Amino acid sequence: MIEFKLPSLGADMDDGTLLEWKVGVGDTVTKGQVIAVVDTAKAAVDVECWTPGTVHELVAEVGQKMPVGTVMAILSESGEKVGACGTAAVSPAAPTARRMISPAARKHAEKRGIDLDAVVGSGPNGAVTLDDVENAAAQPAPVTAPKPAATPDKSAEMRKAIAAAMARSKREIPHYYVAEEISLAKALAWLQAENLRRPMAERLLPAAVLLKAVAVALAHYPELNGFFRDGSFAPAAKINLGVAISLRQGGLIAPALLDAGARNVTQIMQGLMNLVKRTRAGSLKSSEMSEATITVTNLGDQGSQLVFGVIYPPQVALVGFGRVAERPWGDAEGGLKALPVVTATLAADHRVSDGHRGALFLRELAELLQHPEELEGLEK
Amino acid sequence: MTRKLSYREAMREAMHEALTNDSRVFLMGEDVGRYGGTYAFSKGFLEEFGPERIRDTPLSELGFVGAGIGASLGGLRPIVEVMTVNFSLLALDQIVNSAALLRHMSGGQFSVPLVIRMCTGAGRQLAAQHSHSLEGWYAHIPGIKVLAPATIEDARGMLAPALADPDPVVIFEHCGLFNTEGELPDKWDVDISSAKVRREGKHVAFVTYGGSLPKALAAAETLAADGIEAEVLDLRVLRPLDTVAIAAAVAKCHRVVVVDENWKSGGLAAEVVARIMEHAFYELDAPVARVCAEEVPIPYAKHMEDAALPQPGKIVAAVKEMLG
Repeated sequence: MIEFKLPSLGADMDDGTLLEWKVGVGDTVTKGQVIAVVDTAKAAVDVECWTPGTVHELVAEVGQKMPVGTVMAILSESGEKVGACGTAAVSPAAPTARRMISPAARKHAEKRGIDLDAVVGSGPNGAVTLDDVENAAAQPAPVTAPKPAATPDKSAEMRKAIAAAMARSKREIPHYYVAEEISLAKALAWLQAENLRRPMAERLLPAAVLLKAVAVALAHYPELNGFFRDGSFAPAAKINLGVAISLRQGGLIAPALLDAGARNVTQIMQGLMNLVKRTRAGSLKSSEMSEATITVTNLGDQGSQLVFGVIYPPQVALVGFGRVAERPWGDAEGGLKALPVVTATLAADHRVSDGHRGALFLRELAELLQHPEELEGLEK
Repeated sequence: MTRKLSYREAMREAMHEALTNDSRVFLMGEDVGRYGGTYAFSKGFLEEFGPERIRDTPLSELGFVGAGIGASLGGLRPIVEVMTVNFSLLALDQIVNSAALLRHMSGGQFSVPLVIRMCTGAGRQLAAQHSHSLEGWYAHIPGIKVLAPATIEDARGMLAPALADPDPVVIFEHCGLFNTEGELPDKWDVDISSAKVRREGKHVAFVTYGGSLPKALAAAETLAADGIEAEVLDLRVLRPLDTVAIAAAVAKCHRVVVVDENWKSGGLAAEVVARIMEHAFYELDAPVARVCAEEVPIPYAKHMEDAALPQPGKIVAAVKEMLG
C-alpha cells in the first residue's frame, strides 16, 4: 500500500484545501497524472501522482483543509492484492501531521472553552496534556483575534505566504549579488529575423532567449542549481527554471519550466506561454509548484533597469533581468553606439557558492547571448 | 489490634478455619497430606483432620479436579490444590468444560461450589514449566470467578467467601508472595467482587494484582521521591473485573500503567486497557502503558528471569516516558 500525502508545493506552503478529486476508488493512476486539485495560499494546484498504482481509498474529503504531509489517499501497487478488510499491511502508527491532544485535554478544553490551537503541548512529542489546558485556562484571557472571514481573503493569504517565504529567505540565506550589462543587439536581431519567417503563433519573445541562455550557462554552474536543505546543498539533476509570473490581482507565483535544459528556444517559448496561461487560470501542476531549482525574474518592458532578487528557499540562486533599453555601448574599436542592453543580476546563496563563480556565470550568460543562433541549436 | 504473619500462615489459617468450621470442607491435591503441602500450607493438617479430609492425590490433575467437581455436586465443599498453573492445563477440560458450564447446561439445576487453589508466577528460578502466569486465560471463561490475593489480608480473608460462593472459584497465589509478612487486623474487610486502592496518588495510576503489586508499590515509592504521586489499584478479582474501580482510577489520575506478569499479547493487561478505552477514554491524558513479561518462556538464569519480568525500575521508566 502506498500513502499518497499532500506534497509541499513550495517553501511557503504549510497546508492546503482539497477542492476536487480527479480520480475515484478503483481507478488506475499513472505517474504524473493529476489526481486532485488543492487550493494553496497562492493558487489552485493540480496535484500529480508520483507513482503508478490503483486508488484504494480516498482519505481526504473535499473541502478539508490539511497540513502538508497528511495522507490524502491510499494507493495499492500494481499486482498488490487488497483484502476485504482493506488493511493489507498495517504499519504501526505512521506519524501524521495531526496534533496530538490527549482525550482528557480535549474534553477539559471544551468544558472550559479553551481554544486548543492556542495551547502549547508539553507532553511527549509535543502532545497537549490536561496540565497544558489547565495552564492555558489559568492565563488571562487573550484578546481574541478576529475570526477569519467566511470567505478567506485570497490576496491577503498570498501576501502572508510570500511574506513567510521571503522572511525565511532573508533570515537564513546570506545573499551575495553580482551584476553584468549585456548587449542584446545580436540576440534581438536574430529574434527579429527568426520571427519574420515564423507564423504568428510560433514567434519568439526575448524572454525565451534569455531563459534558454540561463539554462545553458547553468549546466556549468551546478552550485547555483539545486536545493539547500538540512544544512547541506544538493545540486539538482535537471534544470527547472522557476519563472516569476506576476498575477493581475496582485502577488506572484514562480512555477517551474520543467527541464528547461533539454528544450530549445522554440520549446521554451511554448512552455512559457503555456505556463503563464495556466498560472493566470489557476491550474498549475504540483510538480511545477515544487520542483523549480532556480528562479528567473524578468522585469520586461514595464520594469526598472535592474533587479536584485530575494532567493526562494530552498533554492540557492535567482537570476534577474531588468528592462531592455537602448544605452550607450562602447565597441572594440573605441566607437560609441546606442544598443539594446539588459542588466543581468545574480543573487546567490553564499553558503553554497562564492561571488567569483557567480560573476563567471554572468559572463558566460553574456557570451551565450552573443551567439543566439547557437542557442536554438543547443539542446543541453 | 493487628498481628504480624506471613502470606503462607494467613492462607494456612484460612484453610484451618474452614476445615474446623464446616465439616463439608476437605482439602485434596498433590502432597497436601503427608508432605504438608508443596508450599507447607497444610502442615499438620493430616494429623489434625485425618486422611478422609486431607487427601493426597496421584499426579493426575484431570482426575482429581474432576473428583472435586463431583464432590461439590454431591454437596461437599472441596478445596482442590493444583501445584502450579502450568500443571492446571491438564485439568482445563474439567474446569472449562465442566465446572464452569454445569450451571448453564443444567438449566440452573446444578451448581459447582468448588474452590481450586493454585500457585502462579515467576521469580524463584523455577524455570519455564513452573513460572508462567496463565490466570488471564482463566479470566476469559464465563462461569468461574478468578481471584488473586496479593496481601496478607486477602490471603486470610478470600477463602471463606470463595467457599461460600455457589459457583467455581479459582484462586491464584503468586509464588513470590508466600514469605511476605504483614499486619493482619483482627477484623478484615475482604470481598471477592471488588478492586482495592492500595496507595493513593494523583499523577498516574498503576493497575496491577498478585505478584506485581509489591513491585508497583515499590515503583510508587521511588516516584514519590521525585514528586510523582502514583495511585496503586490492586485488581484482586480478575473475573469479573471491577470496571468501575478501573475507570475511577483513570478519572482521578488520567494516566495509567498496567502491570502484570502475563505476556502482553492477549493478556489480562490488554483487557484492562480495552475497558479503559470503552469506559474512560475521555479521561486519558496519555496513551495507556503496559509493563508485562517479555514475550519469552520465563528463563531459568536469575539475571535473565529478572530481565523477563516486570520490575520497579521498568515501571518507573514507563512513567517517566509517559510524563515526557
